[in-house]
Amino acid sequence: MEYILALTHVDDTGAALTRASLEVVTAAIDLANQLEASLTIGIVGVDATSAANFLASTGARLLVVSGEPFAQPRYATDAAACEALCRAACATIVIAPASARFARVAAGVAHRLDGYIDTHIAAVVAADTIEATRWFYRQRIEAVLTRDARPWFLLLDAGTHAAFSGHSASTQIEEVAVHLPTLRTTVTGLREPRHDQQTIRPDAKLLLVAGAGWTKKQPDGQTHATEAGDLILGFLHATGASLGSSKSLVDQGGDGNSVLPFLTHLNQIGQTGATPRHAKGLSTCCHGEEPHVVGWRFVADRRAISLDPNCGWTRGKADVVYVADAFQVMSKVNALLEANDA
Amino acid sequence: MAHALHIVVCAGIVPDPLQTLEPITGLTGPGLKNEMVLPAVLDPWAACALYEAAALATKNPGSKVWLVSLGPKAKLQAVMMTVAQKVNFELVPIDGPIGGFHDAHATAAALADAIAAIPGLDRDRLLLFGGWESATRGAGVTLQLVGERFGISDQFQGVDEIELRDDGSFEVLERVEGGKHQVSICAGTPAVLGWATGNLAEPRNNPQVGMANMRTIMPALQKAKSASIPANGLHYVSVALPKQQRTTKVVKDLTPEEIAHELVAWIGAE
Repeated sequence: MEYILALTHVDDTGAALTRASLEVVTAAIDLANQLEASLTIGIVGVDATSAANFLASTGARLLVVSGEPFAQPRYATDAAACEALCRAACATIVIAPASARFARVAAGVAHRLDGYIDTHIAAVVAADTIEATRWFYRQRIEAVLTRDARPWFLLLDAGTHAAFSGHSASTQIEEVAVHLPTLRTTVTGLREPRHDQQTIRPDAKLLLVAGAGWTKKQPDGQTHATEAGDLILGFLHATGASLGSSKSLVDQGGDGNSVLPFLTHLNQIGQTGATPRHAKGLSTCCHGEEPHVVGWRFVADRRAISLDPNCGWTRGKADVVYVADAFQVMSKVNALLEANDA
Repeated sequence: MAHALHIVVCAGIVPDPLQTLEPITGLTGPGLKNEMVLPAVLDPWAACALYEAAALATKNPGSKVWLVSLGPKAKLQAVMMTVAQKVNFELVPIDGPIGGFHDAHATAAALADAIAAIPGLDRDRLLLFGGWESATRGAGVTLQLVGERFGISDQFQGVDEIELRDDGSFEVLERVEGGKHQVSICAGTPAVLGWATGNLAEPRNNPQVGMANMRTIMPALQKAKSASIPANGLHYVSVALPKQQRTTKVVKDLTPEEIAHELVAWIGAE
């Protein structure tokens, strides 16, 4: 008999669950139904009780860890909270979101409980055993795995399940007490670009990826980094797209070359960057070789603009490749988007 | 006021990203075809951790950097020929299997044992560095598990910056969702930092640094203890390359204006 715990946390408001947590609730309900197992949902947050009421219709046992120490993500407090919830639930299977908050602590918690952990899980199904799907080698090899040992922690990637949708109602909630260690770390806040300079938008439908070609010499023998920056930002402004970049373009800043000032390593997509989930992706001035394309694993509909008719994108990696000058095309695209908007 | 730090960097070796990878299943479980002859590099994010460690050690006289790496001795030696030319460190090699399909908990246990055996390591001054995720397993758990084994409850993942203060405390920037950084102040060592890219460029090769490092690296490799990595109940049901191969339409004969119209329609379509 398995005892399933969906381990969740609240969002920035402190009183509602994150979308990734709600996806975990969906996955845990599915798994519990498949296994006919009991389901407990644990919530960590400053006001976890409010968030718990939203889960009343799940029929699950609801455990919460609430209070000011849990207002901010921090290893010592979050690990203690998750450990307490796992112990209270006597969980054999723990499903949690692979959010920054829980990815920081989940392995430590598994260790404290003599358990094991697998992360970046894309799917969980119950066959003869519980089987989890995940990727290896930066999304280049897909594997299905299982474990005999319990408790088994599974961190689910965001965007892999539908978010649980319920209605808020009063329900029975159990507060779990947590013994906190001496705290040596204080979270002072978030550092983020100004709102109009934020180019990373995880919820956007479209991903625009800028490659190193944007800052290379153009047919007139000159670089046009400023123009490139204007075209890219204009496109992002008009479409609400998220911006990704190849490592080579970001690294140019460190080498003293022409740069796009709004790009940071956080924009990197691929072997040494992120693997975001967007419905569509448009690559510009990027040659589409494997280290870049592994970051596109979860982008469903892919198009590319490249001057090279033999670039990597043409070898079965994109759906459509336009052999053209991205400066000219994006200028026209922006003009059309502007006209449509007007 | 400078603080002498003991920085231990955990870093694996991984296939060069440009190599074609093909999974195979052997007697001991899944692996990569021709794994032992694939060119290897130091894990990219762990390499960032090593460069950050070296920069931090330079700023804080009396500090020392150890590089702890698990892999077959011959592969480690080959990778070190390049890595040793980048920054000063002392290698702590562990002779063991290579690859991403091994259990992270067993890997963490082997790393923790090797770190615990480092002569002269002061755990009160310890900064445990590594990449926040590897380019093989990519689980982001090994460093955390090593930290737990040492009882370190100040851990940071996806780190892009550390700034040491005069009183020994430090500010850390960790990546969180939405292109933001979480800012934390930690009272001081010991702590675990899983690095993302950081802010430093890859150091240029310096043959003098390489020669100095190799004096200790070669004897360390000869004396490297071997470690077994048990499966800990981990079983693979299947391991395969993704089957999806797209039928790419290459459009060569449209004007920029025509392409723009097509793209705008595509962007707007549900």
